[in-house]
Amino acid sequence: MTELKKWYEMPIGCTNTEPGSSLKNLTGGWRTFTPIVDKSKCTKCHLCWVFCPEGAVELEEDGFVKINYSYCKGCGICANECYPKAITMKR
Amino acid sequence: MFLSTNYAVAYAVKSCDVDVVTAYPITPQTTVVEKISEFVADGELDAEFIPIESEHSALSAVIGASAVGARVFTATASQGLALMHEILFIASTMRLPVVMSIANRSLNMPLNIHCDYQDMMASRDCGWVQIYVSSAQEAHDTVIQAYRLAERSEILVPVCVCYDGFVLSHTYEPVEVRERNEVLKFLPRVERPNVLDPRKPITMGVMALPDYAYEFKYQLVDALTRVPRALEEVDKEYERTFGVGYGLYEEYKAEDAEVLLITMGAIASTAKIAIDEVRKAGIKAGLFRPRLYRPIPAELWREKFERAKMLAIVDRTISFGAIGGPLFTDIASLFANEAERPLMMNFIVGLGGRDVTVKDLVEIVRTSHKALEKGRVERPCVYYGVRGVEYGE
Amino acid sequence: MESSAFKSIKDLPKVEYFSAGHRLCQGCPEGIIARLVTKVLGPNVIVVSPTGCLEVSTSVYPETAWKVPWIHVAFENAAAVASGVEAGIRALRRKGIKFVGEKVHVVVLAGDGGTADIGLQALSGALERGHDFVYICMDNEAYMNTGIQRSGTTPFKAWTTTTPVGAKWRGKLQLKKDVVSIAAAHRIPYVAVASISHPLDFANKVKKAAEMEGPAYIHVLAPCPTGWRFDPSKTVEVARLGVLTGMWILYEVEVGKFRVTVPVPRRRPVRDYLRIQGRFSHLTDEEIAEIQKYVDEEVERVNKVVGYEAIGPLTK
Repeated sequence: MTELKKWYEMPIGCTNTEPGSSLKNLTGGWRTFTPIVDKSKCTKCHLCWVFCPEGAVELEEDGFVKINYSYCKGCGICANECYPKAITMKR
Repeated sequence: MFLSTNYAVAYAVKSCDVDVVTAYPITPQTTVVEKISEFVADGELDAEFIPIESEHSALSAVIGASAVGARVFTATASQGLALMHEILFIASTMRLPVVMSIANRSLNMPLNIHCDYQDMMASRDCGWVQIYVSSAQEAHDTVIQAYRLAERSEILVPVCVCYDGFVLSHTYEPVEVRERNEVLKFLPRVERPNVLDPRKPITMGVMALPDYAYEFKYQLVDALTRVPRALEEVDKEYERTFGVGYGLYEEYKAEDAEVLLITMGAIASTAKIAIDEVRKAGIKAGLFRPRLYRPIPAELWREKFERAKMLAIVDRTISFGAIGGPLFTDIASLFANEAERPLMMNFIVGLGGRDVTVKDLVEIVRTSHKALEKGRVERPCVYYGVRGVEYGE
Repeated sequence: MESSAFKSIKDLPKVEYFSAGHRLCQGCPEGIIARLVTKVLGPNVIVVSPTGCLEVSTSVYPETAWKVPWIHVAFENAAAVASGVEAGIRALRRKGIKFVGEKVHVVVLAGDGGTADIGLQALSGALERGHDFVYICMDNEAYMNTGIQRSGTTPFKAWTTTTPVGAKWRGKLQLKKDVVSIAAAHRIPYVAVASISHPLDFANKVKKAAEMEGPAYIHVLAPCPTGWRFDPSKTVEVARLGVLTGMWILYEVEVGKFRVTVPVPRRRPVRDYLRIQGRFSHLTDEEIAEIQKYVDEEVERVNKVVGYEAIGPLTK
């Protein structure tokens, strides 16, 4: 449990001066179902990468995708949209 | 120049080299923005003049512009100010140095375009610095001071300059228009830390849950504690530069006053004549005109008011359902814990532009003095001048 | 930024300007939209959002998902704030104080409530004055953030918590407000309708809108799993069905010229779109037929405007 900041430790004006600080919040804990990528079926179309609301589908050097399980909420859009069914949702 | 207070404000805005002005018409403020549009149209003021579609949007747009670091201005009154109400709180808690002028006018109903302070008083909790002036010259000078105060890095609180609608806004006085180059030197551009800039991206206007919201609000409380001293410094520097200063208040024959008449704005000018008249009749009366109304300079007020025996507090506004008007309530709270305190009477006057004459103010001082002699205030709040209301002591 | 359109998904910029860790629901289309829009426009952008799902879920102090400058002020004034941001940049640039030689896109990412209802005045004013900004309305067809209440853009007969299905009412009684036509009536240079199911089309519209001088308005379909009652994995599929049934025609109006950007040669019956959503589960066959009729009429009207059968006939 992080310590709460004091009023003088916060930036003024109801601003947040740390862009992307939501990364502290590991939304992977929301999952019930987990997407598993089968590289043998993946055609590297990258649609799963476009459609992930979290940005938890990351592109690798070789063009395949990797799921960032710290943030994946398990919505299943990637599996639903994957045409060759390379992604399956497992409990 | 021979100017109305509205025009005096417009000329001040011109000299301050503002970047963005939003304009929406409402009596009795309209000629402020009309004059500014003439300056922009003639190239005398280089600013984005946005003829916005409502007052709510007027303040919203000015917040957007201030958020990227621009110097901004807008003006309003009455219903327009009431419409902006939710955004007022946002400008102050977002710590944006917005400057706004208010030509005080009554609030509906009934629809009344004339002077009273109901509009700004109804929003007095918004966290803005509120300064009430009593002449065109003072309005001109105060707008310039307002930018300097608002933009100080330890302040960063929006400021509104209030003046009587019609009584001041439309009447003409000789005004010394400050020289533009001197004003620009008085108002140097300062880099603000929290602005919208792709080079340093920040998130403005966050949501906070109960664990953080109070701390954000307290930051504004803290900033406001520095305002009275900062305004004094700005005013002194202004006096050094332009030869005229106003301080946080104005006093007239107050040092030895037993009955102290306390009122703001144009009524205070009339009151000086009334004070002279009652003094001739043997009543030791004096006048105190608060100039800085919010934040309340509590130490100063207590020091000034505890000298008198009776405070005749004249409010040109109405606070429905309360014991008295806003000034009365503020001053009463100053003495809440003091065993020794002056008697206080509140007079609600001049609503809807009803004229407040020397005769009225003399009557008010006499009434207070009678209560002082009795040693007791029968009725703390007097609705003065309403046909059908008897109030004699 | 190149002025040529994106030709494939692979052309889309890779850098993320919208972080994970935000609190949007699983499968939320606004997450997809925020990621895509900030990708396409890059770091030289200032985003303005009114109160809504996106604003609340991405900016709870001390967390923020935004890696570009972002401001929230109130519910009904996003377009007014954006007007001020744009004017402030213009003035500061002209005076040589800031932003000199830099292009900064001003973008509004707003919900349908803050656009079509309470935000309509500010939007209309900003469009009429011709500010240089892009207004993107993410239409999830209700006030979702406060728990699924009906808005002006809620479709005909949809269930919401303020248009429930009961003995007297059968969901929303009024037709969907056509905000896009209202925006177009302001004669702004660019108006477009997009869908998250067609990301390339959407991305190119955003790019075109940003590169154009003056106001641009983009209305994008954002199916909400929580409010429309469907499985979160189906968000993009529902959007696609909206396009394929002709209920959501993807078009643009560029300086007055109307063009359908995603033709649909074989149109699916609206039943395919309606039956997948719980908020329409109460519809009888007659009611679906009534909705089908509205869609048929609109398709016919659009085809007439463009002069060819852009949206094709119904096929089983």
